[in-house]
Parts: sequence; C-alpha cells; structure tokens
Amino acid sequence: MINVNRQGEVWVFAEQHNGKLEDTPLELLGKARQLADELNAKLAAVLLGSAISKLADKLIRYGAEEVYVAEHNLLEHYQATSYAKIICDLIHKHEPQIVLYGATITGRDLAPRIASAMKAGLTADCTDLQIGDHTTANGKESYKNLMFQIRPAFGGNIIATIINYDRWPQMATVREGVFPLPEPAPNKKGDVIIEEVHLSKDNLALEILDEHKRVKKVDLKSSRIIVAGGAGVGSKKNFKLIWDLANCLGGAPAASRAAVDLGFIDSDYQIGQTGTTVRPSLYIAVGLSGAIQHKAGMTESQKIVAINNDPEAPIFDIAHYKITGDLNEVVPRMITAIKKKV
Amino acid sequence: MGYNCLVAIKQVPDTTKITGEAMNDDGTVNRSALPAIFNPEDLNALELAVDIKDRLGGKVTVVTMGLPAAADILREALYRGADEAVLITDIRCAASDTLATSYILSCAIKKLEYDIVICGRQAIDGDTAQVGPQLAEKLGVPQITYVEKLKELNETSITTQRNIGNGWQVARAKLPALLTVTSDANEPRVAAAKRMMKYKNAKAPSEIAESLKKQNPNADEESLNVLIKEKCEALSAKGGLIKQWDLDFLKADLKWCGRSGSPTKVHRIQNVVLRSKGTKEVKPDEKGINDMIHELIEEKTIA
Repeated sequence: MINVNRQGEVWVFAEQHNGKLEDTPLELLGKARQLADELNAKLAAVLLGSAISKLADKLIRYGAEEVYVAEHNLLEHYQATSYAKIICDLIHKHEPQIVLYGATITGRDLAPRIASAMKAGLTADCTDLQIGDHTTANGKESYKNLMFQIRPAFGGNIIATIINYDRWPQMATVREGVFPLPEPAPNKKGDVIIEEVHLSKDNLALEILDEHKRVKKVDLKSSRIIVAGGAGVGSKKNFKLIWDLANCLGGAPAASRAAVDLGFIDSDYQIGQTGTTVRPSLYIAVGLSGAIQHKAGMTESQKIVAINNDPEAPIFDIAHYKITGDLNEVVPRMITAIKKKV
Repeated sequence: MGYNCLVAIKQVPDTTKITGEAMNDDGTVNRSALPAIFNPEDLNALELAVDIKDRLGGKVTVVTMGLPAAADILREALYRGADEAVLITDIRCAASDTLATSYILSCAIKKLEYDIVICGRQAIDGDTAQVGPQLAEKLGVPQITYVEKLKELNETSITTQRNIGNGWQVARAKLPALLTVTSDANEPRVAAAKRMMKYKNAKAPSEIAESLKKQNPNADEESLNVLIKEKCEALSAKGGLIKQWDLDFLKADLKWCGRSGSPTKVHRIQNVVLRSKGTKEVKPDEKGINDMIHELIEEKTIA
C-alpha cells in the first residue's frame, strides 16, 4: 500500500500483445483524461514489453502526457508474476493516485495480483468512473475527490459505487467498450520515461509453451447498426432472419447469451455482461426478452427497436420503438420496407 | 504418490433467481430471500481436483469461508468426491472484500498440505475473479487463470490450456501452483449415492452444538460441551467431521480481516432501473413498420 497522495498521477496500464496495443487502454485514456483534468493531475500510461517503446507515441496521441516504458526481453510475453513485480515497483516509486486496467483476461489476471501485493483496493469490471466526495456513515469523516468505481453487482441487478479512501492507489479494472475511443491528436507531445528493469528468469513463474490466436468473426464494437436475436428466434435455421435484416442494413448480427447457449450462433456474437458491450446508432432486438445482463451490454445504444410477442418483455422498458408481434412477420416486413427505402 | 488438491469454494445466493420479492424496500438485495447454492464454477474446480485424484491418486480438501450454513456446500463437495472439508467461520470475517478474503483463505491454506490450489474463475454474486489471483500472491505461488483444460501433470509441474479471450494458450507452472477454472473445463459429476450415504451426517462443530442444544434444552454449558466433544470425536473417527476454524485458530492478523482489512468500501448501492425516455408503440402491420423505417431513414439512423 502507498499513502494517500493527492498530487499523484492517474495511470492507465497500456496492455499490448505482440507489439500491438489493445483498444481498451486507448478507451481508458479517454476517460482517464477527464478524471485527471478534474483532479488537476497528470495522466500517464504504463507500457511493458520487449521492443515496444515505439508504441509510446500512440499512447500520447490518445491523451497520455507521460509514458513509463519498461522494456526487457523477459517481458515479451505477458505473465502475471513478472508484470506485477514491475508495476508494483513503479507504483512504489511514483505513487500514482489512480491505476486503471482493462477488464480483459489479462487485466483480470494481473490487477488482483498487484492489488494483493500492494495491499490496496481493487474494483472489478467497472462500467463508469467519476470523481466525487464521500462522507462516512457516522458523518464523522469526509473525503474529497475520490474515484467513484461504478460497477454492476449481483448478476447485474444492482449498481454499486465503490470507493477506497485510505489504502491507495485507487485501482479498478474497466469493462471493454464502455468508454468510446477518444479522437487521437496527431501532433501531441509527451514525455517518454524509460524505466530500469531488473528481472531474472526466476521472476517468470510460467512457461508459455504454445499460443493460438484467432480473429473474432465480427467486430461488434465498431458496428453502427446491430441486429440481435434472442431465444425467441426459435432455431438456428430461423436465425437467418437476423442475418438477412443485418445484411440489408449493412449492420452486424448479434445475439443474447440464451441464443448463443442454444447454439443459434457463435459466442463471438454475444452481447451483454459476459459478451461485448456496444453503443451503436441503431440496435434492433428480435425475440429477445432483455435480461438485465443483456441490457448491460447495449443500453447505451442511440436508438433501440424491440420486437417481441410478449408485451411485458423487459426489453421494451428501454426501447424507443416497441413492436408487439410475431417476429416471423415483422422482420420480413422490415426487410421489404428497407429495400424499398420507404 | 498422488497430489494434494485444495479447492476453495463459496456458497452464493443464486443471482439468476432474483425477482421483485428478493429486493428490500431500500433497493438492496435481500440475500436471504434467494436460494444459497454452490458457486457454479467452483463445481468445475472440484471436478478437476476429483478427476486428478481418480486418475493419479491423492487427496481432495475443500475449504470455504462463510456463515455456518456454508457447511451445506461442504457436504455437497464430500458427496461429489472431496475427502476432507474445512469451514472457516467467524463473525469477524464479515464485510471482507476480496483482499481480506484472500488473506483469511491464505491463513487456512498455509495450515494444509497442497500441491495444487484450485478455484472457480469467479463467483456469481460478485463476478470479480479476484480472489484466485490474490490468493496465489498471498501464498507466493504461480497462478494460471481461466484454465479450460489440464494437459499434463507430473511431480514437478502442471501444464494447462487457458482461455485468453481471442484464443488459447498452453502454460506450464512449477508446483505448487494455483489454478482458476472456467465452466468449459469439464462437466461436474453429480453426487454419488454411496458417498451421500457415507457423508449425509457429516457436520461441523457449530451444527453439532446447535442440534445438541435443541435436544438438551436444560443441560448446563459444561455438560453440553462434554456432549459436543464426544459427538465431534465420534464423527471424526468415521471421517464425517467437517473441520471448523476461526480467526484465532488461524492466528490471523485481525487488521487484515473483515472491514478493517478491506480497502474497498461501498459508497452507494442503486437498483438498476433502465428506462428509455419515451417508447413509441409501433403496430406490427405493414403501415406501422413502413412509418418506423421511414422515420429512421429521415433522421439518418439508417443510411
């Protein structure tokens, strides 16, 4: 743990694999920029790897004022023990007030190991971050300018705001896709700070023997229009309706977890708390009841059209257009109308 | 020969069964209105341990921290193949966040022999996936998270296939090591009838004390304690005693337990109420749909 340091910086862990930055740290830089401005603090990115210093410029273009670079050939492949050691050393040295990680598999593997070693707090899978004040329940103590770590809990049925006022840094992992990618500033200047790295083979707890990456079949996050089917679509064969509607709109097909579990479509297409979080211009929900876990992944859509034969389906609570009816009739009518450009 | 596998499990409210009745008036969730279940991915963790024992020999010990009622999932684990069960229960554990929980669990696990510690990836009440890695750090052992397959196990190392989101990775760690296991790892076996017969009377001392108190309402404390001790010893001889440890027994530093050991605090809890600003009803007929598509094209939502 480090002491409360009001002058501390705001940090974002710059997750990269094979020399390529993930999107999540860039999304986080956008949000962290706001937090840092509100706190009047500097925003820094923390970049670890082997031969990765060239990525620092990109982090600066996305909002970092400084990039701490830890380069070492033993850091080529991410693993929790070695990365946690380096980041803990950096936290001790620079005493940031906030450290953010993407809630990716890597972030969820790494951040708790760091939190445990630092004896600091960590909030998982945040969907929003804000700066605010807190007064203890007995009214005796109050703390200003804390990071509010906002996350769904209890299967998405409640939203908890978590704080950490004494054992710093304040740390959180943040869900992928909940913050929009900021606009990069092409000519922005920043400081690249090369850190000394002390590592030996003993710091590598794992041997990575093999790795297989596959490209996701669909990029839901950058789709402007999404057509999502639920269990109500009925069958894999009938799911063709979803594909047809998506195709004629130039959009992407997607699904609820229930539809994925029923085998209608691959899990790459899943939207929701255990899938992708999206914020398209138009979201069409077909035969999809709108479980809270699903809504968590799409409620930021600008326009929502919902089609369901149950007028009480919870998806209608957040829909802009409510169509109570048989999807097998409604969807073909929509396709015809779109093709005719009525 | 064989491996000592230690499985950390959790009793959780079944968050998939939340309805209006399970909410308190102030918007918080009334946990007691929900059925308490064995955390689903902890069943996968247990299955992996029992599978290792079946194939390669060894022993499976399950550990949980919770209320005395969590003895239910320890019995369930015994039915499904565990050999020994440990209940960590102490009022001073209350309000522990993941950091304090991992500290308390680490105190208990350090008292036991282990080659492999196995946890479920995450619990359905918090979905944090933090206790596994934090426990690994406290124990000073390597962690392999999101394990979906055990590839190889020998006296010195364990090799697994883990999910890395957009693919998989084969990672090897020296023993002892900690794994967190996803629901893709296996199909948990059901309780075996023979084991249910053997362990249905397995009890933790707190349960024994409670039932003896009911049976002997007039007994003084001293004679009650004698009865409890006798009963525990008898059960222990049959292998049916669930060990029960408190923080004193663990010699845990209370500074790192419960509320004081938890850096994260709750600022606010809100009910999720998602509503759109205005919902327009659209008739499912041709005119209704044409009008809606027309609107979406006019406002350039559809290009």
